[in-house]
Amino acid sequence: MDITSATIDLSIIYPELALLVASFVIFVMPFFRGPTRFAPFIAFAGLLAAAIFAAGQWGSQQSGFFGMVSCDNFGVAFKHIFILTSAIALFMGYRYLVVKGINRPEYYGLLLIATVGMMVMANSTDLVVIFLGLEVMSVPLYIMAGMARRSLESNEAGIKYFIMGAFASAFLLMGIAFVFGAAGTTDLRRIVADFNFIMSNAQPFMLTGVGLLVVGFGFKIAAVPFHSWVPDVYQGAPTPVTAFFSVGPKAAGFAALLRVFAFGFADVTIMVTVFQMLAILTMTVGNIFALRQNNVKRLLAYSSIAHAGYVLVAVVAGGSEGLAAAVFYLVAYALFNLGGFAVVVLMETRSGCKSDFSELAGLARVHPYLSAILALFMFALAGFPPTVGFFGKFYIFAAAVKAGYIPLAVVGVMNSFLSVYYYLRVVKTSYFDETDKEFAPVKYTPAVVLVLTVTVIGTLGLGLFPQQLVEFSRAALFAFL
Amino acid sequence: MITLSAYVIVAIVLFGIGTIGVLISRNLIILFMSVELMLNAANLTLIAFSRAMNVLDGHVFVFLVLTIAAAEAAVGLAMVITLFRNRETINIDRYDLLKW
Repeated sequence: MDITSATIDLSIIYPELALLVASFVIFVMPFFRGPTRFAPFIAFAGLLAAAIFAAGQWGSQQSGFFGMVSCDNFGVAFKHIFILTSAIALFMGYRYLVVKGINRPEYYGLLLIATVGMMVMANSTDLVVIFLGLEVMSVPLYIMAGMARRSLESNEAGIKYFIMGAFASAFLLMGIAFVFGAAGTTDLRRIVADFNFIMSNAQPFMLTGVGLLVVGFGFKIAAVPFHSWVPDVYQGAPTPVTAFFSVGPKAAGFAALLRVFAFGFADVTIMVTVFQMLAILTMTVGNIFALRQNNVKRLLAYSSIAHAGYVLVAVVAGGSEGLAAAVFYLVAYALFNLGGFAVVVLMETRSGCKSDFSELAGLARVHPYLSAILALFMFALAGFPPTVGFFGKFYIFAAAVKAGYIPLAVVGVMNSFLSVYYYLRVVKTSYFDETDKEFAPVKYTPAVVLVLTVTVIGTLGLGLFPQQLVEFSRAALFAFL
Repeated sequence: MITLSAYVIVAIVLFGIGTIGVLISRNLIILFMSVELMLNAANLTLIAFSRAMNVLDGHVFVFLVLTIAAAEAAVGLAMVITLFRNRETINIDRYDLLKW
């Protein structure tokens, strides 16, 4: 390859560059006394610029950096999801960090770097670059989980996330090494092109590699049986960080998983069975453990495991409908899950609140609107119409039935019925439970109110008019399969 | 002449030792070393395959992995120090505020 004649087209990574520049500015700030209070604004400006660049990339199918970075609709769609998640986490953290005494500009810088990592993960068809993106995402997340240095819970969450994350990365890396050994390349497009040849020559290496990749990705998307770290990390980490964890890295994990397994190794037939088992286990275990939780953050952790299971059903269903359902559900889940966490963040800005169930009692009397919003998000998570949660689940199970996985769809539907119990328990506690303690009023801030507005409008609006989002999800798969 | 399969077997054994170390060790530092051992097993695999196939991609990838491992180690050790300051132990069984 002639390096000098090949021009590197930076324009396909403009969104990533915008975020990187903003984060570097933020990281330099602490050296000067005054300007650290501008950190959130610079972070937001970076996200805004990234969103504008990403919107401009929609519809252009390019790849650059010698085929290592591809910029197709699929990746751009995920860029939008990550930017939205990151912006919401930024707004949620704005007051929370001050209240908890951990208001450091690094939070915003790390948030942006993690977002860059996710974008890289979703925008590559090369296993090496996917791994790099994964690490660029994970390392800042380890720091963010343990960011509240004086809080023992946060320390513990950080170290647990770090150990499990590094362990998973090692599996993923070993998997990539074996795939490289079998195929002689890490470029998924070349692997697809030579697939039959590779399988006839080096099947054991290939299958070992693919198996290790499943373990690695399983940890990242928190599929059962690789989920043991999730509840602890979600409970211990500062809540805006938890909110970010529950959506961003999961969506990035799914994006990379779809690239690798729906595109790269689509012809490894045994994968369908493996993912089917994973989906059933993930949904069922997530929901059953969620039934007996007494902490809202822990409950949302198990619920996020169950939701990863629903998305896995869509991955199993495959084809253009199944994958569109997966993208649809990830967007929908981002909206109502972040909304749910925004309510928890508001609750936790009161002193001494650990977001146990008992602390929700009396919410409806003091804050009728807030408890109605919380109820809306719980209904959306449970999948009630007219929220977008209902349509998302419907789309997934319909795709599964159409593809002939009827038992899987039945298990999924039964699981969503099971989940109604614990989501409604949250609603019931906030509306009907009596408490002796005075309910300390919540202080609204413009940032969190903005988050709640966006997520409520998204949850209800896309629930009533899902057509837009369906078209977006279908367009995301254009030229992907 | 050492064959490819010999390298791969050594790498798999190293990976296995690392995995077992992570699963049974109670000491954070040893746990940490086990993870590094797993990463290095992957590096060995990459280099062995790369050499056997006469391509350079694997060698380059190993440099990237080394860098990543260094970044991870920096973050991880910082966390271990914070934890030790707050709890005065690095036995992971004692980190039981959040139920494992």
